[in-house]
Amino acid sequence: MNERELRGMIQDVKDGKVSRRSFIHRMVALGLTAPLAAQMLAHSGVALAQAASSYKPTKAGGGGALKLLWWQGPTLLNPHFAVGTKDQEGSRMFYEPLAAWDPDGNLVPILAAEVPSYENGLLARDGMSVTWKLKQGVQWHDGKPFTADDVVFNWEYARDKETASVTIGSYQNVDVEKIDQFTVRVKFQKPTPFWADAFVGTRGMLIPKHLFGEYKGAKSREAPNNLKPVGTGPYKFVDFKPGDLVKGERNPNYHVPNRPYFDTIEMKGGGDAVSAARAVIQTGEFDYAWNMQVEDEILKRLEQGGKGRAEITPGGNIEHIQLNSTDPWTEVDGERSSTKTKHPLLSDPAVRQALGMLVDRASVQEHIYGRTGVATGNFLNNPSRFRSNNTKWEFNIEKANQILEQAGWKKGADGIRAKDGKKLKLVYQTSINAPRQKNQAIVKQACQRAGIDVELKSVTASVYFSSDVGNPDTYTKFYCDIQMYTTTMTQPDPELFMNQFCSWEIANKDNKWQGRNITRWKSDEYDKAYRAAEGELDPVKRAALFIRMNDLAVGDHAVIPVVYRPRVAAVSSKLHAPLSGWDNDLWNLKDWYREA
Amino acid sequence: MSQYLIRRLLILIPSLLGISLVIFTVLALAPGDPFEELATNPNVPAEVRAALRAKFGLDDPVMVRYMRWLLAMLNGDWGFSFVSRVDVDTLILQRLPVTLVVIGSSQVLALLIALPVGVYSATRPYSIFDQIANLLTFVGFSLPTFFTGLLFILLFSIYLDWLPFVYRADIDATGWAWYWEHVKQSIMPVAVLGLFQGATWTRFVRSAVLDMIRLDHVTTARAKGLPEQAVIVKHVVRNALIPVVTLVALQMPVVFGGAIVTEQIFRVPGIGSLLISAILANDTPVIMSVTFVFACLVLLFNLIADVLYGWLDPRISYR
Repeated sequence: MNERELRGMIQDVKDGKVSRRSFIHRMVALGLTAPLAAQMLAHSGVALAQAASSYKPTKAGGGGALKLLWWQGPTLLNPHFAVGTKDQEGSRMFYEPLAAWDPDGNLVPILAAEVPSYENGLLARDGMSVTWKLKQGVQWHDGKPFTADDVVFNWEYARDKETASVTIGSYQNVDVEKIDQFTVRVKFQKPTPFWADAFVGTRGMLIPKHLFGEYKGAKSREAPNNLKPVGTGPYKFVDFKPGDLVKGERNPNYHVPNRPYFDTIEMKGGGDAVSAARAVIQTGEFDYAWNMQVEDEILKRLEQGGKGRAEITPGGNIEHIQLNSTDPWTEVDGERSSTKTKHPLLSDPAVRQALGMLVDRASVQEHIYGRTGVATGNFLNNPSRFRSNNTKWEFNIEKANQILEQAGWKKGADGIRAKDGKKLKLVYQTSINAPRQKNQAIVKQACQRAGIDVELKSVTASVYFSSDVGNPDTYTKFYCDIQMYTTTMTQPDPELFMNQFCSWEIANKDNKWQGRNITRWKSDEYDKAYRAAEGELDPVKRAALFIRMNDLAVGDHAVIPVVYRPRVAAVSSKLHAPLSGWDNDLWNLKDWYREA
Repeated sequence: MSQYLIRRLLILIPSLLGISLVIFTVLALAPGDPFEELATNPNVPAEVRAALRAKFGLDDPVMVRYMRWLLAMLNGDWGFSFVSRVDVDTLILQRLPVTLVVIGSSQVLALLIALPVGVYSATRPYSIFDQIANLLTFVGFSLPTFFTGLLFILLFSIYLDWLPFVYRADIDATGWAWYWEHVKQSIMPVAVLGLFQGATWTRFVRSAVLDMIRLDHVTTARAKGLPEQAVIVKHVVRNALIPVVTLVALQMPVVFGGAIVTEQIFRVPGIGSLLISAILANDTPVIMSVTFVFACLVLLFNLIADVLYGWLDPRISYR
């Protein structure tokens, strides 16, 4: 799919031949994010359909208690220190960003008066700045007015290295200036196609200047309000016990009329995912539970009671298999998997191609993940066919055998193929997690029938995903032939996601294995396309570049995608909770209500 | 006696130092990093993690970190959690009341079961009551608490729908309703822990009483014509309880330490669940403090048990 085809599709949307939503779904299937797809439409002049809110209650309050169950409870409530999503969600009950992402990737104004665009003149044509007009009359929970000073302060606070905020990435390379009491301008150092990062979504929640002003920099830990949030959100803070409980009550001065519906809100933490699913879907003790990493079979059984349902929200997380481009078994200059080496077996394109055919995604979906992992593969292998909704990956042991045979890999007496004295033996590692071990077994079986001997290895998650420089078993070291895990794409723009194949991101000893390119795959063409996309202001051209990059990496079998992992939440059957795969679960908490 | 006490207290100091050193080194050598989640999040630049590590002194050698921790601890500064950035003593104090109530009442329940059942079984050995009690105690302490916990949840919460299985420390009610809610949600965790402990103690009480009941002074008391009740209460149980008291005293630190598995199953926000989540998050200061406090309590109650033993049994002398 190149730029011209993309433009053709956008024209179809304009003419009404293709619906907005199906366009976005197709773009997501191409490995793009919904927000980028929506940006393309907006840029091409397809009017942003402002989704009519389905919020029914006609007055604020009166909804009783809303009980949320987070099996990992939030441990802190300052959005700039929110390490994991659990902390972001806890903060999101009280704090709000300027704008949030809806499920279709549209920006929805929250504390902003409107979403910047070329039409309203808030977005600079040269891509060097974006102006935000703030909503007027918004109050912090303590009654102080929300103004441009607060927004500017958040930038100063987050970009300060001494503060050690985790949101620094969104703020360190921009300049923010106050235009007037209710207008701020974000200025970029170079033309920036993706401008909606600072002050938007998960990393854009705003804290008040009058309470945190003194605690910028090294003193950030001492701020009493780190534990007692004062925000602008629909609920006011009541109580917090780290890891256990967050409580809030209705904010009577909330800036959106007739909201929120519930009188109190509580987020209980702890326990495990399965019993959390039970508490919502089976016994109805709680209204909502997050991140249901539960086998689909169990969810289906619980759903039969009719008290709740599992809500599946598509996002961009992909369980995939990585093939090592370098030799993990030879040590060069104190590191294995060094880029100075080449993998003895996997450097043969035939072997990689055969492996791609030996992953039985259909069985993986059917027998392991169900609704919580949708088989995928074709989208990256062969983008020209993306129009068919049923993604066609290929699982073909016969063909894999043929390819290997033609490439000169002959079966030995033990049934294992070999060429030039090198046997086709691979070590396949992943983290310890029941579905992953089942997945490994499925792949191993198919490989055996194609004459590839696969040795399975599983590493405890806490070691595998750690960044411990001294441990050889981490996924970034990749001292192994092939490995499998889920890569997350929660960020609304694919740029960061795609840097995992850039040559300068290769994980190695020099960067303490913190580079994002784990497969050590290299391509000059890819690097060039990435550099071009970084500065490309036309979203359609940019999308075409990203698709090209996907094509390069997956066409060369650097990775083999296995299944999509949508987000799964347990929701009580009466609760109306709009969710989005591109923002926090609580991105639209103000619109949550319970049907009578 | 006082000399003995002083000697024991002095021995405590090197033991505690040794314990803390071992825990600290093991934690430092264990894989993992409190800022692991940052490393896997592409939105967070690697420098942030490096800055946090430097700020919290994680890059220093183990011995330097240990000395720093030890000096701070001696000054009464327990440090702060890397994860929630809250002071550790605040975190522990937040969790302590729930642990004390839940685990404390389970121990009381265990005693209430163990004493009467154990004594009664021993006075009528091999009777029907004794046989049934024996069977139940064996069942009781062979079933692990995580199993009985899940069984209780299935039965009482899911099939019968009588009791909630998520423990909430904050309850929005006042007066009797508040107490009732608390009792209702505590029944299952308390019963799970209490029945397990009670089963073990019942066996112990029974054998202690059986040993005592055959002794000569009991026969003498009976021969004097004392009523059976007086014989059992004054001459048998009183003496038989000496080892039981020691056992209970040794069990006391657990009341403060919480019950990791049971707290996790019922989402009881106690010390045990604090410890397990700290371990999972590699939150060293919290793990250190909780385990160290626990070690102190174990040593202290060991000493108390020894002293108590001597006080209850005058035949034992301390030198």
